[in-house]
Amino acid sequence: MRHVSRRAMLAGAALTAGLCRPAIAQGAPLKVGMMLPFSGTYAALGENIAAGFELLIAENDGKLGGRAVTLIRLDDESDPAKAPANVNRLTERDNVDVLLGTVHSGVVMALVQAAREKEIPLFIPNAGNVAATRDLCSPHVFRSSFSNWQPAYGMGRALAARGVKKAAWVTWDYAAGKESGEGFRDGLRDGGAEMTHLLTVPFPETNFQPVLAQISGLGVEAVGSFFAGGGAIQFVKDYAASGLRATIPLCGSGFLTEGVLKPQGAAAEGIQTALHYGDGLDNAKNVAFRTAFKAKTTRDADVYAVQGYDAGQMLAAGLTATKGDAAAAMAFAAAIRAARIDSPRGAFTLSASHNPIQTIWLREARDGQNKVIGIAAKDLADPGTGCKMAGA
Amino acid sequence: MLTGLIAQLLNGVQYGLLLFLISSGLTLIFGVMGVINLAHGSLFMIGAYLAFGVASLTGSLWLALPVAVLGGAVFGAVLERLLFRRFRTRAHLDQVLLTFALILLFEEGRSALAGNQFHSVPVPAVLDFSVPVIGGFGYSAYRLAVLAICLLVAAGLVWLIERTRIGSAIRAAAENTEMLNLLGFDAGRVHTLVFAGGTALAMLAGALAAPLQSVYPGMGDGFLILSFIVVVIGGLGSVAGAFWAALLVGLIDTLGKAYLPQAAGIAVCAMMAVVLLWRPTGLFSRT
Repeated sequence: MRHVSRRAMLAGAALTAGLCRPAIAQGAPLKVGMMLPFSGTYAALGENIAAGFELLIAENDGKLGGRAVTLIRLDDESDPAKAPANVNRLTERDNVDVLLGTVHSGVVMALVQAAREKEIPLFIPNAGNVAATRDLCSPHVFRSSFSNWQPAYGMGRALAARGVKKAAWVTWDYAAGKESGEGFRDGLRDGGAEMTHLLTVPFPETNFQPVLAQISGLGVEAVGSFFAGGGAIQFVKDYAASGLRATIPLCGSGFLTEGVLKPQGAAAEGIQTALHYGDGLDNAKNVAFRTAFKAKTTRDADVYAVQGYDAGQMLAAGLTATKGDAAAAMAFAAAIRAARIDSPRGAFTLSASHNPIQTIWLREARDGQNKVIGIAAKDLADPGTGCKMAGA
Repeated sequence: MLTGLIAQLLNGVQYGLLLFLISSGLTLIFGVMGVINLAHGSLFMIGAYLAFGVASLTGSLWLALPVAVLGGAVFGAVLERLLFRRFRTRAHLDQVLLTFALILLFEEGRSALAGNQFHSVPVPAVLDFSVPVIGGFGYSAYRLAVLAICLLVAAGLVWLIERTRIGSAIRAAAENTEMLNLLGFDAGRVHTLVFAGGTALAMLAGALAAPLQSVYPGMGDGFLILSFIVVVIGGLGSVAGAFWAALLVGLIDTLGKAYLPQAAGIAVCAMMAVVLLWRPTGLFSRT
């Protein structure tokens, strides 16, 4: 009895903690910490995610798995420097049972870390960094949106299916750009084509001329790209002004034309993109969702609203199975993995690494809408490379 | 390959000329007044937001250009009279603190007035077409117009500095302020004029760049750093030096991004290091 091994101590401590966990006082509401951008560049995205999530809860009369839900809003300002402190406020001060967040890829890493260390379930309603459902996957982390790899993979597949043999990818020199470039490369390759060039622009620069001037000399039949927000507006306009579109069509991951079609104007007309959602998806769930969202917010639903709503559906699936106990990690995760989420984007299930296995739609920009014109990749799963899910 | 190179050279020259508009004011203000103005990039940003505002309200970007120039001149004169005049003879650290404070004020003001969104500014309708350059690559007519305007302004500025009486006063002020007074000029007026002119140039550059770069928070930061590099390479206070250095920086930056993207971030800084080792006072320094 000279020494008790550290592992045994930990196991004992964990067991005691488990036993001491108070049985859920019936009626004590489940606290969901919504850490989203409610100010700054991504404020509109954060608001729509929150509204989608709230709509799902309202449809269930404020209860999930028989337990009332309280929402705690925290503006993360899309500031990675403030992220650890913000997460702490939710987990330590507010003692939330579930985390929902966020949009920015840098900020989400603090949430993932907290979910892993403190074993609090986390639902990611947007940020697409592949690591969250690859190397850093966890039984406590679930994503309702996409991995950066997925939409770009769909675009690559769609180009190859059309007979394109060689294409280039243009993006900012940062993680999301690189990860989507890998998706594009894999999609082209699986369709028998090749990504011959990867061109990058320093983030967040908007002087695209040096890259555009190279394109006509590359010998590619199409250019795919990943830009979002302001960069997407400027890139699409500059690409059109360069006259390249007549010979080398521009396409991309859906974010190239998502929410920015109005300022892009005629320059975006006819651009094809791939994403897990689009305008004019003709299924009953989508029609009902869009009507309900509009009635609640007076805004039109978009992909972010869908991702928020589906995060709510995933949480509901877990809580229903555990009768409202989000801390029953094993049963909670198993139920979400087994669930078929009836999403406005089309029904999906989660992969082993907790990322949606979903259809990537091919869309075309027409009259200010990203009209769905076909399927780019059916029931596509992120490869989940490097995910070792302990304790699942 | 060759046609690609020609297109890249054109890109580099166009970018360099825009850099010249910004850095010429910076180098003049430093040369004549001895003030390091870190807020110069913010003046560029203000010009761009002004263009966005004028273009949104009136639908005309052309109107924004004189507004930026005149507004910039008045704004610069006020800044010089109220603030910079008092800091001219102070230590450089005090000037850095003052101009850094101005950056924060301008950014907050921008945030309060125009928000933190990214805004795109449409190209004037007359110039909204593209001119084939080589192969399948074309140049927007607006971009060519900006190139021409920058060249005209550069020529006008060199003429003003080298050939006119006021230009000789500015050059004299850069050498020796006392001498300027002895020659019968009012040194204070020359300072106000130079600061007003430098501000007007930075805001004109911002207004011209608005449709090319879009307007967004902190858009002047990258230009400020490149402008300082231009001023250092060209020689502090030398307008001709700033002209050639701006073209050099524009070309190196563009060619670096096109042919050596991994090293694009450091290409310009490496060149500055080489110039500093070879000619520590800059390529066109008078000393």
